Amino acid sequence: MHKICGMNPTPSRQIRRLWSIVAILTLLAVGWEAYKWIGETTGGVWPGTTTRLPIRTNSRSMPHLWDIAVSLFRPARRGGEDILLVILLRAGWFTLRSALVGFVAGCSIGFGLGLLFVRSRLAERGLMPYVVASQTVPVIAIAPILVVWGGRLDLPKWVSVAAISAYLAFFPVAINTLRGLRSPAATATELMRSYAASPNQTLLKLQIPAALPFLFPALKVAATASVIGAIVGELPAGLADGLGRAILGFASSFSSAPEKLFASVVVSALVGLVFVGVVALVERLVLPPTRRIDPTEAAASP
Amino acid sequence: MTDAVVLNDVSMVFNQGGDNQVHALSEIDLTIEPGEFISLIGPSGCGKSTLLRLIGDLISSTDGRVEVNGKPAHLARTDRDYGMVFQSATLLEWRSVLANVTLPLEIMGRSSVERQERGREMLDLVQLSGFEDHYPWQLSGGMQQRVAIARALAFAPSLLLMDEPFGALDEMTRERMQTELLNIWEATDTTVIFVTHSIPEAVFLSTRVVVMSPRPGRIVDVIDIDLAQPRTLDTREEQRFYELLTVVRESLRRADR
Repeated sequence: MHKICGMNPTPSRQIRRLWSIVAILTLLAVGWEAYKWIGETTGGVWPGTTTRLPIRTNSRSMPHLWDIAVSLFRPARRGGEDILLVILLRAGWFTLRSALVGFVAGCSIGFGLGLLFVRSRLAERGLMPYVVASQTVPVIAIAPILVVWGGRLDLPKWVSVAAISAYLAFFPVAINTLRGLRSPAATATELMRSYAASPNQTLLKLQIPAALPFLFPALKVAATASVIGAIVGELPAGLADGLGRAILGFASSFSSAPEKLFASVVVSALVGLVFVGVVALVERLVLPPTRRIDPTEAAASP
Repeated sequence: MTDAVVLNDVSMVFNQGGDNQVHALSEIDLTIEPGEFISLIGPSGCGKSTLLRLIGDLISSTDGRVEVNGKPAHLARTDRDYGMVFQSATLLEWRSVLANVTLPLEIMGRSSVERQERGREMLDLVQLSGFEDHYPWQLSGGMQQRVAIARALAFAPSLLLMDEPFGALDEMTRERMQTELLNIWEATDTTVIFVTHSIPEAVFLSTRVVVMSPRPGRIVDVIDIDLAQPRTLDTREEQRFYELLTVVRESLRRADR
């Protein structure tokens, strides 16, 4: 039979999973510091050779992890009131709001396109090339255009940012919705036909429930993509309150305070992780374990 | 009495006029009376599943007349005159056993009370009482197929179309399911059309066995199975059972030539 053990992850399984996360983080941290130590001991070459290490190990290229951690709790500017972490979290929240709006809009559009394509081969054949092409245009080219258009329409700037976010988010959802709606076996479709079910009944009772396992991985991709879209979109929009401008600012003062750039990278990653985590939580509530697509399994299957 | 199924000079050609044209069925004539248990048997690719799908209006014939309960096949389908069972149980994995059985009733807009009542009744019929809240993946292959039969019978169709329903089951389960199916058939007055590869299965179950030739599929023989009803475990030991196996086997051999 199927994986009955996967039905209810026992507490010990969850603890083991938590341990593996902690172990990997520790390993990465130790690796980072060990690499630094090697570089500083040998003067920037592999031990016993004259081959240069690929990345410099001085505190500008690779600050000590504790320096990055400490910088989060120091005022960001000399004489400033707020510590860096608060500033970054505030910027993160600002960016996340645009990303959320973009995520919801993008996923709705993606889902709608999936529905349209599954109903109409003509629409799929006509529109799919543009849907695919839209993702080959780099977002840094699209972003200023959307900002200019938004400006002409007197929309608030965050709307343009959300639109850029949606532009990146809709694609995986459209593709996986279509794939999911087409996933029922031929016999299941014949079964609905034998009941003389209407197209809407077939959609609601068969196709959409069958599509859910395909939808959630797409929503996770869309969640990270919408955060990236929002960060990138803030730059041409000239929004100063988000992560985009914060990262750009710390990048320009990289030589004097590299740990602040690293800290903002960490916080940006956390914002994306929290977003994906929320989607994963919803998936856990909606889908029983037997119906979740394991990402490693999905990668292995054709 | 209206005939359950009338097939009149039915032909089926897939991809007509194309390079990959397949002549699946040719000149099929067959009349099935209400209450019969008919098996369609023949080599792989002889079009017996295609014939079943034509009767169910899941596909349309290229030529000829297909009538179910005195109506064209598509009207019989929209009147929900038949239930369908496939080789794979085709249960919806997100629905409990009971919710799978009541799916057709839900689509037909029956009340929640009626659905519950009828669903439990059907599960009782296929001896799965107590499994209402289980999910398909928790059941064995044989149990899943019983749920599929309960689902097909939930709206009391007069005709049951079965496409190799026991083909994926082991021999022991298969024989048990055959006996159960006959019990259900007797209890419900349903006409059954049953596609199979297995000669013993066809002979044990049927009132008539329809033998088909390889592509393009034709009916080469219709063999009356005059074994006493009800069929029991002893039926398979009877001399007449073996004689009929031989009759069907020789007919299949002739058809293959």
